[in-house]
Amino acid sequence: MSDEFLRSLSADLAPVSRWTVARRLALGMSGGVIVSAVLMLVLLGPRPDLDQSMTTAMFWMKLAYALAFAVIAGLAAERLARPAASARGRIEWLAAPILLVIVIAALRLAAAAPDSRALMLMGQSARVCPWRILFFALPPLAGLVWAMRGLAPTRLREAGAAIGLAAGGAGAFVYALACTESTAPFLAIWYTLGIAACAALGWALGPLVLRWR
Amino acid sequence: MQPSEADLKALMIASLDGDKAAYRTLLEEMRWRLCAYFRNRLSRDAAEIDDLVQDTLMAIHNHRGTYDRTQMFTAWSYAIARHKLIDHFRRSGRRQTVPLDDAASLFVADESASVDARHDLEKALQTLPPATQALIRDIKLRELSNAQAAAARGMSETAVKVALHRGLKKLGAYFHGEGGAK
Repeated sequence: MSDEFLRSLSADLAPVSRWTVARRLALGMSGGVIVSAVLMLVLLGPRPDLDQSMTTAMFWMKLAYALAFAVIAGLAAERLARPAASARGRIEWLAAPILLVIVIAALRLAAAAPDSRALMLMGQSARVCPWRILFFALPPLAGLVWAMRGLAPTRLREAGAAIGLAAGGAGAFVYALACTESTAPFLAIWYTLGIAACAALGWALGPLVLRWR
Repeated sequence: MQPSEADLKALMIASLDGDKAAYRTLLEEMRWRLCAYFRNRLSRDAAEIDDLVQDTLMAIHNHRGTYDRTQMFTAWSYAIARHKLIDHFRRSGRRQTVPLDDAASLFVADESASVDARHDLEKALQTLPPATQALIRDIKLRELSNAQAAAARGMSETAVKVALHRGLKKLGAYFHGEGGAK
């Protein structure tokens, strides 16, 4: 290798922002979310009772739960997009929303009449909910894969799982605007399951699609 | 004298802010370090090693935005080198008729173990006094002679030997105390 090569690299040097990684991930994520939102509006439409539901705590809790996954896993991905970096110190924050929702769900279940518990758990749409979340998570997942491939992850499974979780959160956020379920136990089980499925998909795909050159 | 992690990191941060002279120094330094890294792991023809070094320097250049200024620069750059090496094995695995899958996976496991070991060693070294750390780096990691290290630090050779012996003993104790858990 010639000195010429080193000279050409240093001649090409331009200052680099500290936000390079975050900006690229945000770009991939927002592109995917826009596609998901359009798909949701076309295929399902927003829930018909959107106006009234916006006054209920449960509506906001669903959005907040989904957003927590997108943000916390996104921050973990911001680490894992860097060679040799680990997500420790960021990914642990996910325990907070998960535990909170589980506790609220348990309290609601405990307070409910025994014969209404099954309905609280299953709602009207338990069978389709995780699949729909996974479906609406695919565009953000694709956007985040694109972003990661331009960065430099070296723990490909972990990076894949992190963007899977973040995309799962984004997909759940979009779907929450169409979904009419309104119980905490439903959220705790079926939303979490949909998001987890997307994380598993990212984990499986990581080594296959995140290699960069 | 060899630049330390702190020196390399300072050069990298200056480079990220656009300092071309610092960047040139860093690239020169990384060139021979990467040569040594790949030579230790491939020990094949010079052209192959040269290609890998060039590839890695290119990747360091293109992905410099992924360096976190609070991160260890050597950990970051060697992770890129390792990524390039694994790529190289995959590609050569496809070309050759010998089933390289097993060899490649063994290699990957071995590689990550050695990176982990290096990281553990760094952590252990941090527990020693700075002067002793520097001696161990010079003699055990850069393979200077005792006399060379003594001259570089302005110490007598005996003092170097004593300090080195104590440092290594402490390191041993560190790994026995904590290494058992790993």
